[in-house]
Amino acid sequence: MSEETYISDEMRAIVGKPFNEAVSFPVSRSDIRRWAIAVYYPEVPPRLYWDEDYAKASVYGGIVAPEDFNPFAWASASPGMTTRRAGFNADYLETTFGIQGPGLKTNLNAGSVTDYGSRMRPGDVISTSAHVLSYTEKSGRMGRMLITIIRTTWTNQSGEMVKQTNQTAIRY
Amino acid sequence: MAQTATLPTVGQELPEFVRDTGFQHWNRYAAVNDEFIDIHMDDDAGKAAGYPTAFGMGNLTWAYLHLALHEWFGEEARISHAEVQYRSAVTRGTQLHIKGIVTAVRPGEVDVDVWAENSEGTRLAPGSATVHLAGS
Repeated sequence: MSEETYISDEMRAIVGKPFNEAVSFPVSRSDIRRWAIAVYYPEVPPRLYWDEDYAKASVYGGIVAPEDFNPFAWASASPGMTTRRAGFNADYLETTFGIQGPGLKTNLNAGSVTDYGSRMRPGDVISTSAHVLSYTEKSGRMGRMLITIIRTTWTNQSGEMVKQTNQTAIRY
Repeated sequence: MAQTATLPTVGQELPEFVRDTGFQHWNRYAAVNDEFIDIHMDDDAGKAAGYPTAFGMGNLTWAYLHLALHEWFGEEARISHAEVQYRSAVTRGTQLHIKGIVTAVRPGEVDVDVWAENSEGTRLAPGSATVHLAGS
């Protein structure tokens, strides 16, 4: 890796290329219920997320998931189960492409910009695809930092956009 | 669920939404989001990353911003756009105050600045959102 930059030619070459393509298992009521309990803790979550009779009378006509719900959290139907690992590989992105990453130790979520479309509901099967929008660098209190912006798009089984997120990660 | 009874107005400050933070919250979130990362579980890992303790998931702060938007505008309001910057870590024991102010009002739709700050008033995660009001 160059002393002057964390961004190698191999890394520049993956910008725009799809990765993390996956299809979720069908979203279940239990998935939504537990997610709502976790994010609303210690409060009781709104009935919209767990009471079908209540939700039927809402504008949604049934239970929906919170906007931030993640149907890919534990496993996906495709590509399927993978081994679990302790810790976190800060170079997971480059590792996914089979190239060498910068070898930095810390990878932080620096922010998100999200447009939402259709709400997720029980039974939905969500597809996802991501690509790197950009690699840049800047100096901060932890020294030189690598900034990666990844765009991820989710669609449901009807082809409707569920959300599109540009997420910024900072590595140092 | 509490929500604005009348149409919002530009400049209106929205009632703060408060969450304590710590392992009770983070472990529950890790359990649903499979987010078992050392910096969220271990004070030593948080220190190694440059902070005094372990710190919370940005994704959980993101969730809190959405909870606040629904608290303010109702559970049937539709969030069409949201964004946030995580400027400082939510270290263990921080009390998070989610605050908001209306920045624009259009027929059936509002823009808000929404942010998470600590009890000292430091903005840890500034953001904004566009919300379509229910019934519009």
